Amino acid sequence: MTLLSVRDLTVKFATRDSSVTALNRISFDLAKGERLGIVGESGAGKSITGFSLMNLLSRPGFIDNGTILFQGDDIVKMSESQMRSIRGNQMAMIFQDPMVTLNPVLTIGQQMVETLRAHRKLSQKEAEQIAIVKLREVYIPSPEDRLGQYPHELSGGMRQRIVIAIALLLDPQLIIADEPTTALDVTIQADIMELLLELCQSNKVGLILITHDLGVVSQMTERTLVMYAGKIIEAGRTREIINDPQHPYTQGLINALPQQTQPGNPLKQIPGNMPSLAAIPNGCAFNPRCEYALDHCRTTAPEIVQYAHVEVACHEVSRLHSDKSEERSA
Amino acid sequence: MNDMNPAQPLLELKGLEKRFELDRGFLETIKFRSGKIVRERREVHAVNNISLNVERGEALCVVGESGCGKSTVARLIAGLLTPSGGEIHYEGERIDNRSRHAMMPLRKKMQMIFQNPYASLNPRMTIQQALEEPVRYHNPEMSKSDVLEKVATVMRSVGVDPSWAKRYPHEFSGGQRQRIAIARALTVDPEFIIADEPISALDVSIQAQVLNLMLEAKNQRGLTYLFITHDLSVVQHFGTRVAVLYLGSVCELADTATLFENPKHPYTKALLSAVPQLKDDHPNHIRLKGEIPTPINLPQGCPFESRCAYANDRCRVEQPRPLQQADGSIVACHAVEEDRLES
Repeated sequence: MTLLSVRDLTVKFATRDSSVTALNRISFDLAKGERLGIVGESGAGKSITGFSLMNLLSRPGFIDNGTILFQGDDIVKMSESQMRSIRGNQMAMIFQDPMVTLNPVLTIGQQMVETLRAHRKLSQKEAEQIAIVKLREVYIPSPEDRLGQYPHELSGGMRQRIVIAIALLLDPQLIIADEPTTALDVTIQADIMELLLELCQSNKVGLILITHDLGVVSQMTERTLVMYAGKIIEAGRTREIINDPQHPYTQGLINALPQQTQPGNPLKQIPGNMPSLAAIPNGCAFNPRCEYALDHCRTTAPEIVQYAHVEVACHEVSRLHSDKSEERSA
Repeated sequence: MNDMNPAQPLLELKGLEKRFELDRGFLETIKFRSGKIVRERREVHAVNNISLNVERGEALCVVGESGCGKSTVARLIAGLLTPSGGEIHYEGERIDNRSRHAMMPLRKKMQMIFQNPYASLNPRMTIQQALEEPVRYHNPEMSKSDVLEKVATVMRSVGVDPSWAKRYPHEFSGGQRQRIAIARALTVDPEFIIADEPISALDVSIQAQVLNLMLEAKNQRGLTYLFITHDLSVVQHFGTRVAVLYLGSVCELADTATLFENPKHPYTKALLSAVPQLKDDHPNHIRLKGEIPTPINLPQGCPFESRCAYANDRCRVEQPRPLQQADGSIVACHAVEEDRLES
């Protein structure tokens, strides 16, 4: 069953005399309980995608076109009050920095009870009981005592656990996690990811994981979207994208990781930088950095099509593929 | 000016200590405890008794989680902080007690690259000015045309077009700024570079570009690096030796290949297992209990004891000493010493 269905989503940011396109006709589906990764570098539009799904874009950003069907209803057309009944309740978001998510002048208990009572008819006592159960689910030691503590009294990993507990409070259908562990240390990151995976699996919660870390995506998700300059350039099963990427950018991204090269040898780098949204090149946005680019790559933008076992937006994908198999046989 | 004794390490740290006072001033030290007014001074023990050598031509990586003191070590060596104890020797000469003036000749040999290229370049200086400044300062006898030539050469070597010299830092992307910061370090022809998380703020594809640049500079100029990072895949690629820090102490020091093939300290094992792998579907992640304790009240015994699965009574009271292992790595752990770990 489809939980979320995004079609031709286009997001623009108004500038003084025109607008720049931050998301360019994005389409994807998420099944109930499915875990989807969105990867890309800064400026690719990953976070904007997350914000659009929550209808949280603020000016000058706006949804220019497209539909976001969540359980059959179009989020784009919803009023703010309709949206408020969905946010936190059926859809929750986890951000990179837990200190920004948590209110520093309210105790953990106040914040959890407030969220619960905004959506459900509960007494203070009942709400606190639910909060304690949820805190226990995210392995917070002595949850009864935590309710009276303020966010600054807790460590970074502990705070992010609390944010996850708050996101899960109302048993949402979908969690959008935007770089949830980027600010944390590796050992803590591994703990939090394990926890998130376990909770999503046991509660059949859909997860959209936005990250720049291919290792994290590989361990956490079933399907992956790779974004570049506001477009989805490759989509498919995570395992297949990691093991056999088709788009030259995805290949470049994976090959650039230090573990893909013998220690001491130069890394395989992608030349150049991600273009700024105000100056996206004509044709395929990746063409100035692509070693396979031909003339038509510079003039017409490729559509995303099925190739091998993934969907990919590249004119030259078949040539690139034959090159690679030659390399392998050589 | 000094004998190039090959056996002598470039840099030696001997029992290095750094404590930061939390309560500054008399009034802050006064506390009310169990009905009595007491004077108490709290200190953060950032670096505790660290001894290590950096050999000429190597890239020693210092890894650890936030708060383990890795940046403090870098700043102590660069002379940006004064140690609370211990000694730092550079080419056999003690440098930690030198005056600012006496440090000057060393600044030419030793340069630092910081994490955030947005903060390390002066926003009101053009790239040309920023790059010229250190050359002029350290080579007052150099003619103007030589300075210009030097700056242009260095810019080309880091892949920044010299025609961009009149631009300001805000006109460059993060990766380009980090190249410029590296160029600034290279303009005075240093022999030793301290790099504090130089690629952590950059995107993956840009990280590769900057890391390649640093490797190239190492091979061409014979540079020695002290590379501070939390990213273990970078360590594996870049480092020749690795020092793993935990709560201000070195828990394991080994050749990179040895450390990754055969980590010994329980913390190193946990750290390596926590790195998300690209291909492996089912990671064998070792879960640590709890989180890093605060460095204000250090545990009496092993700093890692509170999170260690192998801790026993001895670990709680006695601090482990760094001991050399059969394969040359140095490990500070009672369990390793007593051979209590199942491998």
